[in-house]
Amino acid sequence: MSRLQKTLANLKASGKTALIPYITAGDPTPNATLDLMHLLVEKGADVIELGVPFSDPMADGPVIQKAVERALEHNVSLDDVLEFVRVFREKDEKTPIVLMGYLNPVEAMGYEAFANAASSVGVDAVLTVDMPPEESVGYKEALESKGLDRVFLVSPTTPNSRLTAVNEKGSGFVYYVSLKGVTGSKELDIEDVANQVTRLKSTLKHPIGIGFGIRDGHTAFEMAKLGDAVIVGSSLVSLIEANEAKGLYDIHLAIGEKMTEFRGALDRADAKKGQE
Amino acid sequence: MTIDFSKFPDKNGHFGPYGGIFAPETLMAALEQLDQEYESVKNDPDFLSGLADDLRDYVGRPTPLYYAERWSKELGGAKIYLKREDLNHTGAHKVNNTIGQALLAKRLGKTRIIAETGAGQHGVASATVAARLGLECVVYMGADDVVRQAPNVARMRMLGATVVPVESGSRTLKDALNEAMRDWVTNVDNTFYIIGTVAGPHPYPGMVRDFQVVIGEEARAQILEKEGKLPDALIACVGGGSNAIGLFHKFLADESVDIYGVEPAGHGLETGEHAAPLCKGTPGVLHGNRTYLMQDENGQILGTHSISAGLDYPGVGPEHAWLKDIGRVNYVAINDEEALQGFRDLTRFEGIIPALESSHALAYATKLAPTMTSEQTIIVNLSGRGDKDMNTIAQIEGIEF
Ligand SMILES: Cc1ncc(COP(=O)(O)O)c(C=O)c1O
Repeated sequence: MSRLQKTLANLKASGKTALIPYITAGDPTPNATLDLMHLLVEKGADVIELGVPFSDPMADGPVIQKAVERALEHNVSLDDVLEFVRVFREKDEKTPIVLMGYLNPVEAMGYEAFANAASSVGVDAVLTVDMPPEESVGYKEALESKGLDRVFLVSPTTPNSRLTAVNEKGSGFVYYVSLKGVTGSKELDIEDVANQVTRLKSTLKHPIGIGFGIRDGHTAFEMAKLGDAVIVGSSLVSLIEANEAKGLYDIHLAIGEKMTEFRGALDRADAKKGQE
Repeated sequence: MTIDFSKFPDKNGHFGPYGGIFAPETLMAALEQLDQEYESVKNDPDFLSGLADDLRDYVGRPTPLYYAERWSKELGGAKIYLKREDLNHTGAHKVNNTIGQALLAKRLGKTRIIAETGAGQHGVASATVAARLGLECVVYMGADDVVRQAPNVARMRMLGATVVPVESGSRTLKDALNEAMRDWVTNVDNTFYIIGTVAGPHPYPGMVRDFQVVIGEEARAQILEKEGKLPDALIACVGGGSNAIGLFHKFLADESVDIYGVEPAGHGLETGEHAAPLCKGTPGVLHGNRTYLMQDENGQILGTHSISAGLDYPGVGPEHAWLKDIGRVNYVAINDEEALQGFRDLTRFEGIIPALESSHALAYATKLAPTMTSEQTIIVNLSGRGDKDMNTIAQIEGIEF
């Protein structure tokens, strides 16, 4: 079992929902990323999703688009992101890291070169938004041979007929996109997610992480009742934007506070599940 | 050559290593549905005859194949024929495709259409079919293009469309495409995305091509009638590549026909300020397909420059990528200055004001024709008319409005 699989299995065994925060690597500056990653862990992250900046983030809303732009002002590349992970691992061997981004930077590096580099620095899994399982020939094999998990997305529009490919090509967990829209969208329909996740659980063999549109403790609490993991991105990243002018100290305070809200919500949901 | 070009793309949308479906999961079901719907109608006589009626009575097809005699003689060399897509309703080839996709949108019960546009021709053509079918229409356009193609913005708004200026990224066509994709992901239930060129995820590249091959079908019959033989060369400009593939496709199997796709060299290929991925790019994945892209060594998409908004795009349709690799089509480049000269030449010698996009193809003809004999012929795709470029040209030439 991979580090990611083990982490999720252990959490499940102890009745806990995984908290997976997302930040964009290099946002607001490359210097900030490592400290932010350690802060996330300190505040209750079980897994970190680290965004790889791409010039054309077509599935992202304005919040993450701007984060990517901030990172790209410093020319943060996939190589740089791998370097962040390498240095992160000097202090943290435990927390799984999922790289999230778009396919082209990985294509530019080459699947095998990327898989080699990613596994050697301690990346655990990769999620490329514009790579559906159908196109993952070569990609899947390259990552698999280096023990890297492949996280695929499933959405409200995904028919059951597509889930087989997700089971076969994917591993680690499946990322359920809780709404039709881009990252940071507002209207998450809790009842709809509940119905969908019930549908998915009967077919998917991997744990389910729920993300998109989770902006507060209340929603996180509701999602924790449904999924194995809760993924939060734009609500954290928007705090980087809001506090950028004030500096890193204020960014840490704001992110720490928000993480505490999410962690608390998940713990409450887990406690409640435990009683039932 | 033994390739059967009609067999591409394969059923998963690949042209050799290019094309495919690299789309966010939320769109996969919609793309599958579109693929099935298109497969079910593309050989259906009722659908095809409805399309043919619209192209004849609404668009004004067939468009003429015009012998540009004075200009040809001036250049001295091959006879140049112009395929007059500028005479289509709305002023460019783009409407051939929007008519077809709008019929599909109707069949799929969609009430809202979205489109991206660079030059505004595709936006106008989309707004036009939306008005005719009573569909809501939203057009995404890079903020820079909104300024340089102002007449088309006004036309779209008159036709009842909402034009959304896109301020992100390089504020041109690629950013409009990103924003249209974001809209589609959000509103996929009621919205049909009319992509304006032979790019995007499968089935778009093949489908848009099929709606544009009418250009080459007509041109082939017309030149055979006028000259009694096939042309010696074809020339078309390449942005995403829809007018080019439309002209080229029915000639791909004719080995005697030399085919030239003209990319915009902007300030010059050597300056890096251009939009010529086939001449200077490398393969990668963007906007749903694998193709040649302008990108840096880290896989970030580069900013582009062309005087022509409709060609100002860092990618290109996957079929062109493949045609380049197999050597069937020559991809060449024409810079801003040369394109402007092509614009002036056609205007002054033939009394036809071409679009700046098409002017790239014309400028290449001015280089090629003199190297050929007066027995030989060239067909240039005059993909659109230049009304939309009045502001740009007037500014450059110092003409007051
Ligand atoms: C007149 C005209 N020609 C050509 C193009 C380029 O598109 P394509 O390469 O798809 O034909 C455009 C695009 O806006 C256009 O308006």
